[in-house]
Amino acid sequence: MTNWKVILGIAKTHLLTKMKSTVTASLGVTFGIGAYITLVSFMTGLNKMLDDLILNQTPHIHLYNEIEPSEKQPVALYEEMQDAVNVVRSIKPKQSQLKIHNALPILNHLRNNPDVKGASPQLRAQIFYISGSIELGGNLTGIDIMEEVRLSSFDDYLIAGSAEALENTDNGILLGAGLAETMSLDIGDRVQISTIKGDIFPLKIVGIYQSGIADIDNIQSYANLKTVQRIEGEAENFITDINIKLHDLEKAAAMSKILEKQFGIKATDIKEANAQFETGSNIRNTITYAVSITLLIVAGFGIYNILNMLIYEKMKDIAILKATGFSGKDVQLIFMSQALIIGVIGGFLGLIIGFLFSRLIDQVPFETEALPTITTFPVNYQPGYYLIGISFALISTFIAGYLPSNRARKVDPVQIIRGT
Amino acid sequence: MKKVLQTVDINKHFRKPVDFHVLKNISFEVKKGEFASIMGKSGSGKSTLLYILSTMDTDYEGKLYLNEELVTGKPHQELSRLRNKHIGFVFQFHYLLSEFSVLENVMLPARKLAARSDAEIEHDAMEKLEMLNIAKLANKRASRISGGEKQRVAIARALINNPSILMGDEPTGNLDSYNAENVFQIFKRLKEEQGLSLLVVTHDHDFAERTDRIIEMEDGRISGNLTDSAR
Ligand SMILES: Nc1ncnc2c1ncn2[C@@H]1O[C@H](COP(=O)(O)OP(=O)(O)OP(=O)(O)O)[C@@H](O)[C@H]1O
Ligand SMILES: [Mg+2]
Repeated sequence: MTNWKVILGIAKTHLLTKMKSTVTASLGVTFGIGAYITLVSFMTGLNKMLDDLILNQTPHIHLYNEIEPSEKQPVALYEEMQDAVNVVRSIKPKQSQLKIHNALPILNHLRNNPDVKGASPQLRAQIFYISGSIELGGNLTGIDIMEEVRLSSFDDYLIAGSAEALENTDNGILLGAGLAETMSLDIGDRVQISTIKGDIFPLKIVGIYQSGIADIDNIQSYANLKTVQRIEGEAENFITDINIKLHDLEKAAAMSKILEKQFGIKATDIKEANAQFETGSNIRNTITYAVSITLLIVAGFGIYNILNMLIYEKMKDIAILKATGFSGKDVQLIFMSQALIIGVIGGFLGLIIGFLFSRLIDQVPFETEALPTITTFPVNYQPGYYLIGISFALISTFIAGYLPSNRARKVDPVQIIRGT
Repeated sequence: MKKVLQTVDINKHFRKPVDFHVLKNISFEVKKGEFASIMGKSGSGKSTLLYILSTMDTDYEGKLYLNEELVTGKPHQELSRLRNKHIGFVFQFHYLLSEFSVLENVMLPARKLAARSDAEIEHDAMEKLEMLNIAKLANKRASRISGGEKQRVAIARALINNPSILMGDEPTGNLDSYNAENVFQIFKRLKEEQGLSLLVVTHDHDFAERTDRIIEMEDGRISGNLTDSAR
């Protein structure tokens, strides 16, 4: 039977009379945990922002028609040549169109699939922006604007104007930020565009779009799908791309294979398109954890040292306790509880400090071209990290306390009392 | 009469640095209510014997009985409990926990035993301190009192659980003659008033002469075991 009241009473007295060491050891833990919380909140916040940046802009599955040569050349079908080695030179891409065949039924089919969060049609067209006598080459993409807002937070990339304005303006255009600057145009102005065929259309600027990537912002603009279909002189079913968002990102690869087979169409999934994306997050996470664990180990060594010193100073006390009937286990528990008290106090202080620092970082202005809607550094306040932090504090102080306290358990009182 | 303490053929060797047979065939007993003293030249093995009797040292051959119950071979946990409940120990150097108050020092073994409530323990501890004339020191820190006072605190601590036997290793060795006499009187009173058994190592002839029995040690052997009447 362990008499906790007495053991904790002795531990408390030891800690209070050695206030300086207690404070030093606790601060070690506080520093370690505080730094961990700050670092992990900030790094994962940043990671999540960067991930979102890619995930928002990239569809989980992208359906389109690719201009490519036929996999089987006609000669392969010729039975008499089956055993021969056929060499075909100067292969040309097969005759096909950019338009997705049966786009509307495909869209319908996709929207009825429970795994699909949404599917949005696009029509990419190559056009020229006319500014006085100069013609600038570029892209105009016809989109279903409200669907894009829902699926890929399109409005996050509008630095002026709004998605609703485009929805409500038949011949509106969301002009790329670089283009707007080059042509000195702003919201409310009109811009002339010309199709490859030479037809000229005036469009009204209802918003400025900025992806943060200059090469895109210098050529890319968006308009309503119907507007672009009209400009191109095509029917309502003329769609060149379908972007799909799933509820579960992990199903993208499998599903894209199925769609490719089912509709005889090219389908790329997000992993294929951004192979390096996960590698980046993983490396950043690894660095975060490596630094945090190093900090905690350093704090652990601090506790280990201080407790070792304390036990050395307290040899006489240990001998007295044992001589008056405290068992080795009691003595070990006295020192273990000291370590854990330091761990708990230091750990909780660390959580608080970490939280305060996270709040501070949260207030620091952070402006980036890539994310017009973000004004301060992103911070992740996930409670799980606080749980990990306090567990780390307890585990590391437990280990740091265990070794010295085990030594205290084995102290031979006779040796100490003899004075050897 | 009941035997509080009995040893049968206790032998002990120190193996380091060379084999040294420090205790040789020690057999003796202490009866209930007896005040015995151990004398002998320096190095004759008195302290070594006392550590074995107090159950702190378990590295010996032979048998040790406490209250007619064999304690040799019991596990450490059990020995700690026996020591806590039945043995009061007073060291030559007044070992107190210097960060605790006098009262807390006295109360600690009883708190460990946990047989009484805290209030009862405090009451008993104050009683012991009063008996030893140091009640006014109760709330002082143990590091801030004189050597003679510390020795009396150590005695109060040894008595707090009403042990079967009080052992002392030169408990007056560090005291002036006035304080030494004082401690002797306290021991004597405990024996007479409460029937406590005592076993005290001493170099002080006057002290030993006035005890019930002197156990003489020489080179790790008991060379004389004289009761008062035989002297
Ligand atoms: N740890 C040890 N290792 C080896 N020999 C030891 C050890 N401790 C004590 N001795 C030896 O054992 C013998 C008995 O020591 P002990 O302390 O019991 O003597 P003592 O009778 O108490 O002497 P004193 O009157 O000086 O206190 C001594 O010769 C001493 O040198
Ligand atoms: Mg000695």
